[in-house]
Amino acid sequence: MDLHLSDAQASPAEKDAVAAVLREHALATGDEVREHAYFADSGQAARGRRHLLLPALHAVMDQRGWISAGALNHVARMLSVPPADVYGVATFYAMFAVEQRAPQVVHVCDDIVCGPNGGEQIATRLTEEMGPQGAGTDACWVRSPCLGLCERAPAVLVQRTRRADVSLAPATAEAVTAELSRPAESGSADADAAFADATVSAPQTGGDRAGLRLMRRVGLVDPESLDDYRAHGGYAALRRAVELGPSRVIAEVTDAALTGRGGAAFPTGVKWDGVARAPERPHYLICNADESEPGTFKDRVLMEADPFGLIEAMTIAGYAAGCERGYLYIRGEYPLATRRLLGAIEAARARGLLGTDVLGADFTFDVELRRGAGAYICGEETALLNSIEGHRGEPRNKPPFPSVRGLFGRPTVINNVETLYNVLELLRIGGPAFASIGAGRSTGTKLFCVAGAVPTPGVYEVDFGTTLRQLLDLAGGVRGELRAVLLGGAAGGFVSPDQLDVPLTLEGTREIGATLGSGVVLALDTSVDTPAMLRRIAAFFRDESCGQCVPCRVGTVRQEEALARLARGAPLGSRDTELALLDDLARVMVDASICGLGQTAPAAVRSALALGLLDAPTSPNGRVR
Amino acid sequence: MGAGGGTSAYEEAEHADLLVLWGSNARETHPIFFHHVLQGLKSGTRMYSVDPRRTSTAQWADAWLGLDVGTDIALANAIGREIIHAGLVNEPFVRRATTGFEDYRATVEPCTLDRAEEITRVPAELIRQLAHAYGRADRAQICWTLGITEHHNAADNVFALINLALLTGHVGRYGSGLVPLRGQNNVQGGGDMGAIPAKLPGGYDLGDDEARARFEAVWGAPISPKPGMHLSEMFEAMETGALRSLYCIGENPAESEANVGHARELLEGLDHLVVQDIFLTATAQLADVVLPAAADWCEYEGTVTNSERRVQRVRKAIDPPGQARPDTHIICAIADRLGHDWGQPTAEQVWDELRSVSLKWHHGMSYRRLDEHGGLQWPCPEEDHPGTPLLHARLWAEDPAERGKPAPFMPVEHVPPVDELTDDFPIRLTTVRVLDGYNSGVQTGGYSSPLRRRESLRMDADDGASLGIANGERVRVVSRRGSVEAPVWFDPALRPGLASFTPHFSEEVDVNVLTNDAWDPKSGTSEFKATAIRIEKLRAAGE
Repeated sequence: MDLHLSDAQASPAEKDAVAAVLREHALATGDEVREHAYFADSGQAARGRRHLLLPALHAVMDQRGWISAGALNHVARMLSVPPADVYGVATFYAMFAVEQRAPQVVHVCDDIVCGPNGGEQIATRLTEEMGPQGAGTDACWVRSPCLGLCERAPAVLVQRTRRADVSLAPATAEAVTAELSRPAESGSADADAAFADATVSAPQTGGDRAGLRLMRRVGLVDPESLDDYRAHGGYAALRRAVELGPSRVIAEVTDAALTGRGGAAFPTGVKWDGVARAPERPHYLICNADESEPGTFKDRVLMEADPFGLIEAMTIAGYAAGCERGYLYIRGEYPLATRRLLGAIEAARARGLLGTDVLGADFTFDVELRRGAGAYICGEETALLNSIEGHRGEPRNKPPFPSVRGLFGRPTVINNVETLYNVLELLRIGGPAFASIGAGRSTGTKLFCVAGAVPTPGVYEVDFGTTLRQLLDLAGGVRGELRAVLLGGAAGGFVSPDQLDVPLTLEGTREIGATLGSGVVLALDTSVDTPAMLRRIAAFFRDESCGQCVPCRVGTVRQEEALARLARGAPLGSRDTELALLDDLARVMVDASICGLGQTAPAAVRSALALGLLDAPTSPNGRVR
Repeated sequence: MGAGGGTSAYEEAEHADLLVLWGSNARETHPIFFHHVLQGLKSGTRMYSVDPRRTSTAQWADAWLGLDVGTDIALANAIGREIIHAGLVNEPFVRRATTGFEDYRATVEPCTLDRAEEITRVPAELIRQLAHAYGRADRAQICWTLGITEHHNAADNVFALINLALLTGHVGRYGSGLVPLRGQNNVQGGGDMGAIPAKLPGGYDLGDDEARARFEAVWGAPISPKPGMHLSEMFEAMETGALRSLYCIGENPAESEANVGHARELLEGLDHLVVQDIFLTATAQLADVVLPAAADWCEYEGTVTNSERRVQRVRKAIDPPGQARPDTHIICAIADRLGHDWGQPTAEQVWDELRSVSLKWHHGMSYRRLDEHGGLQWPCPEEDHPGTPLLHARLWAEDPAERGKPAPFMPVEHVPPVDELTDDFPIRLTTVRVLDGYNSGVQTGGYSSPLRRRESLRMDADDGASLGIANGERVRVVSRRGSVEAPVWFDPALRPGLASFTPHFSEEVDVNVLTNDAWDPKSGTSEFKATAIRIEKLRAAGE
């Protein structure tokens, strides 16, 4: 298209970084980019490459640490995207910078789990050592929402230029300083190795493994070896799927009554069937690995410890729904899982388990991994579609649903990571057998991210129907006196200590006005500063609202302000008028927001108010803290 | 093919498989039409741009054929030959609906891809691609503008394009067509109302006795069967002294004519010049009498007809300023002074009179129906006729009687521009238009625009370097007819050897001092698009 660019030029290194992305794309698809004397390619082919925008911006970030005006121009030119659009996308993501920034950025998690568990101390120490947020030429630090490492709190992500990003957890200010001074050649091996200690990340797999289905290989299998994966039963499910044929695979999924684990609990069989039957081609598969709900880390543990399992499950889904191409969209803050999955994809391709003629069964399927760049909203499925297509990650209106018009306007299956791992299990034991596990309409097992005031936080896999109390007991019981449990994440709600016998099913939680959400179980004892936590939740939604629709954009700000006034004890009018205002806001946001973010943003706050969590807690000795 | 109008509705561009924009920068010069194009592109339409410049339109295209100025026929003939040799001719259509195919085939036979590459400098492979894309497409349109028509062989250029549509049957079907984009909202309407020397209103030929008799009966006056003069002929008649008085309505020839220095001398030498306009134009400043006119699009009533032949109503929003009066009122007042009482007809009465004589095109278009339908496309012969979005569908009729007169191939050959490139005048200057300017700038120069830059000679940076000229430097531009001074702007849309001016700011750069008044005998259009120039450095001050 006709682009109006400023005079800013990209540096040779920035151009090379973008060229590498285009080269890789050409290798994979045969779609070669022609460059003319003054203009890049135009026309349908060029405009069809807009989806390379996010990878191109990542490449520039990885090369230079920020995206210069020249680089923005260059990316706009090479992908035939208006520079204003490129800027709009670049500024949408927290991990991108369009102003010069230090080449090493330490993201310190100050969210609901890490913040009170050492995150704030790290922030204080780093302020002393490195200065305020964002300051510094060689390295700087910034606050970050949940990094998905809650069981290992406190967590830190080191984002770096021209070398691999690493996560540090449990982190200390000393560990951060040591990592920053580590020579570039040392890569990520040492930091990654720290995650091998499975007793920290997944305590349940360390002892009694009976009852583990989705996590049966976690902690046992070598995540970097395809052979070891096969030795642990890997690719038996795909073999079984090919024996059954696509329609019977879908029948098994339907018989199993598997429902999506991303939060909406939509029947997976119905979704697959809809896409499989859609006459329009091509069909696409997307694995939503943008696990960003504060307090959630289960998908990360699965992907880090059993990456081949996800690739196999995606292959089965693609086979069943007639998709030849799958996208694995993983949040940008998961460097280790990203490395492991890239390795798994590479290994599977090398062995003919991805590509043309998969498993010698004459079907084509390949997976492309796409990294997010720090945007909670991209976990919303239609925002994720926009993000992949190279637009700002703003949700679309539904209908049409993605199974009708999804990625690039084509029928698309979008499944969450946990949902896909269930597919391996249900093909192993058969749909009806799978359906007999669990309780009522909630079939199978469920992963919970247990953290907070328990001795052994981690991912726990239990049958649907297990009570909240039993789950907390598995994690060693509550330390101290329980004040409340945050169930389902920031978009979920608080339940009180007298509701611990609720069966953890979709129906059971709905009955007490709660939700399983993303499987967050955060136990809060009486030492927790709950008003601060509520303000953090409100700040989180205000930050992460994409700003597209008014109820959410304005509502999340107003909600945070009202909460702050209440917590300060300085309400506008009376406490009652503030509560009425919050109620009002909540009703508007639930009714009128385009997507789930705005609709659920008031949920936790309202349930917290109902439980009195905004009132300053009293410590055991009776003094106001 | 028998009707002077585009064959397709704008909306069809949204549903075409292939659009060829030939000598048209519609992105800037026809933004409304281009919105329809963009809709098409969004849903997968392919587009080729044939233009010496890599215009903003070309930057949306799947391929750009950057031909040398004035080589359009060579390119079109090579495309025709390739279509024939590749077996992509729509034979049933050619057999049933056209004549003269064998002559055409013989004419284009020497135009091989390689020969065309030599003449046009477009890579043979690109020409082949366009030929095959056009030949294979289910729905394809060729759209053109002044890049085709502002040449000494304008009509031949158009014939060369029409031949391609006849060859492939890309005319008379939905989504396929020949679309000349007109320069203003009512250029089509001006011609339709008879402002063409050889035509009566409604598209009737002056030589059509039956039609002429009908007009004479209604108008109560005899009409000469001999065509009058078109603009270029008028200037020739001024030169010979045959034309001594001129009544000029809404035209600014003192700035818009090619070789304008000469044109001005001729206007100044007239016995009597009357100018009727909404602004005091450069031409009005030469006039003996200036008649201030109302701006008909907002200060009076009427109709306009756009490039898709859609007649739409115009409504009065405000009163005209001062003594300005609607054009029809002025004309009736002059008739009155000449001793003819035409009364003071309303716009609708004038329109209804036209409808009573334009039986084929406008008869069914009452004001009431134009309101009701948001405009109607001619032909619309009866009050119950829905209008005709798609022209020449008859060519596809089964019944030979309904099919009517077949469309003739018009074999034409490449003739280079009159204004030759030589060592003295080595650079080709072409006049171009930009989004926020219109022709001589009478209507647009008075408004500010964020896109506007100082009028500059747009040229290739490498040419600039070889002449030792810096971006922004003032230079002298010399043609065989005159010279102007202007700053230079290096435009990446231009290739070496090509330069351009807009005609929008003649007070800054009097571009038509340079252009060639050689004109096409078939259409009367001057060769605005092909001027040979040289660019001279100005002496530095003090030298």
